[in-house]
Amino acid sequence: MEAIRRLGEAALESLRTLGSAGTFLFQALIALPNPRKNFPLLIQQLYSVGVLSLAIIVVAGLFIGMVLGLQGYSILVTYGSEQALGTMVALTLVRELGPVVTALLFAGRAGSALTAEIGLMKATEQLSSMEMIGVDPLRRIVAPRFWAGFISMPLLALIFSAVGILGGHLVGVDWLGIYDGSYWMNMQGSVEFWDDVGNGVIKSVVFGAVVSWIAVFQGYDCEPTSEGISRATTRTVVYGSLAVLGLDFVLTAVMFGGF
Amino acid sequence: MRTRFVEMAVGLFLVAGLAALFFLAIKVSGLSDESSKPSYQVYASFQNAGGLTVRAKVTMAGVVIGRVTDISLDPKTLKAKVRLDVYNEVREISTDSVASILTAGLLGEKYIGIVPGADDTYLKNGDEIEQTQSALVLEDLIGKFLFNKANEPDKEAK
Repeated sequence: MEAIRRLGEAALESLRTLGSAGTFLFQALIALPNPRKNFPLLIQQLYSVGVLSLAIIVVAGLFIGMVLGLQGYSILVTYGSEQALGTMVALTLVRELGPVVTALLFAGRAGSALTAEIGLMKATEQLSSMEMIGVDPLRRIVAPRFWAGFISMPLLALIFSAVGILGGHLVGVDWLGIYDGSYWMNMQGSVEFWDDVGNGVIKSVVFGAVVSWIAVFQGYDCEPTSEGISRATTRTVVYGSLAVLGLDFVLTAVMFGGF
Repeated sequence: MRTRFVEMAVGLFLVAGLAALFFLAIKVSGLSDESSKPSYQVYASFQNAGGLTVRAKVTMAGVVIGRVTDISLDPKTLKAKVRLDVYNEVREISTDSVASILTAGLLGEKYIGIVPGADDTYLKNGDEIEQTQSALVLEDLIGKFLFNKANEPDKEAK
């Protein structure tokens, strides 16, 4: 009996969290931003969330592209079809690895920082003092951070894919000696702009919304102690990554699974 | 000064993202305005359209002149009816041209090649190409080859 009661309690508790996360996001988004006042805030957040993530995205993209080039070459050369390397690298990056790896890196690099920042604001009672002087913290703190993540993610994923394809080109064409023309031509023959690049962008938009949502909610909802902040930061990375991987399966099944 | 730097960096970030999108569109997926080019429809019936897919290329002399837009089974003749969208600039395809399903490379994708005929009348919107050549099905070829091989010892015995 006790075990069943505990289970029910846990289920109700997680439902309550999900519900409050939903209303929280709703309130943050309908808090219609005053463009003149809030645009500088958004720019500032785009800088700290997007621009500062650029270095890790570019380096990771380059290395993943180069690894794909090497692995793909060694697999394809057994079938004598190493000129299909461009197709393989481009489809892998544009459909899957670009959006997913960017989202995972983003959760670790920017999501954790967002949670820690908002959590510390809560712990040091900056959020409640804002309410005291009549400033809505949802509007001033949460909304720009959410939108910055939402805007940055697709851009970062596009940059990741582009850099990765150039990395694959570096390994495949410049080092392993595949003909330059067949690398690009086979790629152009098999990559469709709307079906492949477009679906990759849709994926990364969804991931951007989910990861930013989890990050700002965990920060806003955390226990205002140093321990609470550390736990909330961990939860951001864990929940964010799991949500990205799970959603990726669902989205892939809908987009490419032929359902 | 600090704000200006931040704004500059964000601007560059947005430009880099759009440049990446542009790169993926042009260089990687080879997006061009081909699909929106004005075109007219021509039909062709094949005994076997095995492996041909919608969006496959239509070529003449190795140059792409259109796309396959529909493949369906004609309920009366029980042949595969293929609709080809041919660009308007290629107007002068004579009515006795031959359409055949070809393969790019040994195991590559299927596409349609049109060999022009000598007639003075040209195909119009909605016309059908009379002479066609079906897809080469590898299994059939192997089957024929094995059948011939199996018959050979008999000939030698005689």
